[in-house]
Amino acid sequence: MYSDYASLRAWAEGEVQRTRPPDRTRILIGLGTCGIAAGGLDVLTALREKLADMRVPAEIVPVGCIGMCFEEPLVDIVRPGEPRICYAKVTPKSVPTILEEHLLHNNVRKDLAFAVIGDEPYDGIPSWKQLPFFATQRRTVLRNCGFIDPESVAEYIVHDGYAALAKALFEMTPESVIEEVKRSGLRGRGGAGFPTGMKWEFCRKSPGDHKYIICNADEGDPGAFMNRSVLEGDPHSVLEGLLIAAYAIGADHGYIYCRAEYPLAIVRLRKALEQARALGLLGEHIFGTDFSFDVTIKEGAGAFVCGEETALMASIEGKRGMPRPRPPFPAQKGLWGQPTNINNVETLNNIPPIILNGADWFAAVGTEKSKGTKTFALTGKIANSGLIEVPLGMPLREIIFEIGGGIPKGKKFKAAQTGGPSGGCIPSSMLDIPVDYESLTAAGSIMGSGGLVVMDEDNCMVDVARFFLSFTQSESCGKCIPCRLGTKRMLEILERITRGEGQEGDIELLLELCETVKLGSLCGLGQTAPNPVLTTIRYFRDEYEAHIKEHRCPAKVCKALITYRISEEKCTGCTLCARNCPVGAISGERKKVHVIDPAVCTRCDTCRQVCNFDAVLVE
Amino acid sequence: MNDKLREVLQAPVTGKGDLIPLLQKAQEAEGYVSEEAIYAIAEKLRIPASEVFGVLSFYAQFRLRPMGKHNVKICRGTACHVRGSPLIVTAVESELKLGGGEDTTSDGLFTVEKIACFGACSLAPVMVVNGRTYGNLSPDKARRLIRKIAEEEHV
Repeated sequence: MYSDYASLRAWAEGEVQRTRPPDRTRILIGLGTCGIAAGGLDVLTALREKLADMRVPAEIVPVGCIGMCFEEPLVDIVRPGEPRICYAKVTPKSVPTILEEHLLHNNVRKDLAFAVIGDEPYDGIPSWKQLPFFATQRRTVLRNCGFIDPESVAEYIVHDGYAALAKALFEMTPESVIEEVKRSGLRGRGGAGFPTGMKWEFCRKSPGDHKYIICNADEGDPGAFMNRSVLEGDPHSVLEGLLIAAYAIGADHGYIYCRAEYPLAIVRLRKALEQARALGLLGEHIFGTDFSFDVTIKEGAGAFVCGEETALMASIEGKRGMPRPRPPFPAQKGLWGQPTNINNVETLNNIPPIILNGADWFAAVGTEKSKGTKTFALTGKIANSGLIEVPLGMPLREIIFEIGGGIPKGKKFKAAQTGGPSGGCIPSSMLDIPVDYESLTAAGSIMGSGGLVVMDEDNCMVDVARFFLSFTQSESCGKCIPCRLGTKRMLEILERITRGEGQEGDIELLLELCETVKLGSLCGLGQTAPNPVLTTIRYFRDEYEAHIKEHRCPAKVCKALITYRISEEKCTGCTLCARNCPVGAISGERKKVHVIDPAVCTRCDTCRQVCNFDAVLVE
Repeated sequence: MNDKLREVLQAPVTGKGDLIPLLQKAQEAEGYVSEEAIYAIAEKLRIPASEVFGVLSFYAQFRLRPMGKHNVKICRGTACHVRGSPLIVTAVESELKLGGGEDTTSDGLFTVEKIACFGACSLAPVMVVNGRTYGNLSPDKARRLIRKIAEEEHV
């Protein structure tokens, strides 16, 4: 138990010295979900075996995701007095070479090393800050991800962790904390963009016996993993943000509502809570002050609508996760009928640096109305797929073509989808828009939580609209009629269009339904569900018309509107396609042109993918 | 009732807020939420079984039928969709002869679930088989993976 920050910090520094002596080599390995999925655990085993074999003393430190998912698994080696050298796409096979060369022969192989994670280049290896992927990024939320061991509270403290909490408790009143957050201009990072300081003030001023604070970690937006990476890579920063928010609004209990699909995030959060309790940073009389606060983790059970505040609270109370009308707002009558404040993971993660560095520091970045930085999960048809953080207001083009490295395989950019099922598709003619709350809303999309899915010429926009609608329709809780029936009817029309059975007037009917669902729905899910349809009609109306009038899918995606054929000129009769066809639709003798029976073909695309001669054509 | 479920039901509870965590633990114990578990939880929390059923049927996580021996989860997130996950679903379902809304093979060997998003978007399209993630799939790769497991079962 510590009653001042200096002694806590001294403990942490001693702890880090003891567990990670500076005269020992450290090997950092990215073991977030993406690193593990890319084979990180096999690499870890290989590292352990090789180190034991070489009898070289070195510390293996598992770290969170640095954002370069496209280069995973990542292994970094730091020798005493030397910079941190990062190796990308490491496999169990390349581990022995890397370790022997680097540790035994003092030979940092330029051909194997990827970058220096430090300010200066080293021996011809570029600094990560020189790489196009990182050069224009600005890491506030991701400040610790990939740099500290997420399971070590001491490392977090040594990186200024819990200093903001101490500052808030010892030097600031709850009101001045709220004032600082208000002045910073921070807006909710969960999607809606409501000013955070104002939200806190409402809750603080609301009368109630108890007040609650909830961290919304129910990142259900398909195609987004920003919160997952932060929870896995830097759980204490979220907890610190939650503690400061609780102090500011006067809450005595908090909940972290995390989706069950993120098991690693939940494990790390639990560990963080235990560590914080053991240090007196959570529980009774935090830092020896009168401020007492504790946290419970609640696992979601797979319902997208629970990202909505009132539905989330219903779920915590053990009910069906259905939203209710507002007012009363959660700040007035929330969880168990008490004033409640709900913030997204990334919003809370921004709080410690704001308190520590001041509102002006934070507000210096971004645009007039959108301050600070924003993380994005950059995915889809993009060369550098990963987690990024950029100043708000950066042009979309810069994000996609400089940081993201453009579209792979020489394909053409078609659209960028932001905001998930609640957002919209932004076409290439609008690539220069600044990415901030206002500009994205004006374009018919929303900022959302930070999913940014890139699509190329091979993606059908009608199919994309149908995809999102099928998601929102199945996730609609069914409480209000516009959402329950409206999304169902819209989905039926879109399915009909993609089957080639579209009718004259379908587009107009869709637009009319969009308007009704948008205006009439009870919660954000229904109010925003039409956005993918509205934006694809607005920017890609010709594709809808091609489906409806010509029964043609220009991107060759919609199965009912395409046929597979084998080119007589290109087919060599190798029989590979016929052998791989799962339904036996391909016939032909060895060394003779093969033929696909369109009546049997299920358009599964296997033949086209296995063909070595590009002989399978889609028409 | 298996021992694990009995253990789950013996832990102390504070109120209705424990319903979802209890259901989650019951499912962990049995692989699904059995009728027996529903009644036992209702009694424990002193609420009607219909209310327990109402809550569990709302959430996608809960299943009312036993899980197959091998669990295949196919990601249907946006990044996976634009990189071809519909074709992965078709490939796996046709390989296992699943259709008409069935998610478990008749021999009880495989359960195929479609998951909203794993958050491993940079490896899209993604499939998780028995807890292990496979990324950058093609329909063919997915089919072979399933076939290999099926063949090992039938040796």
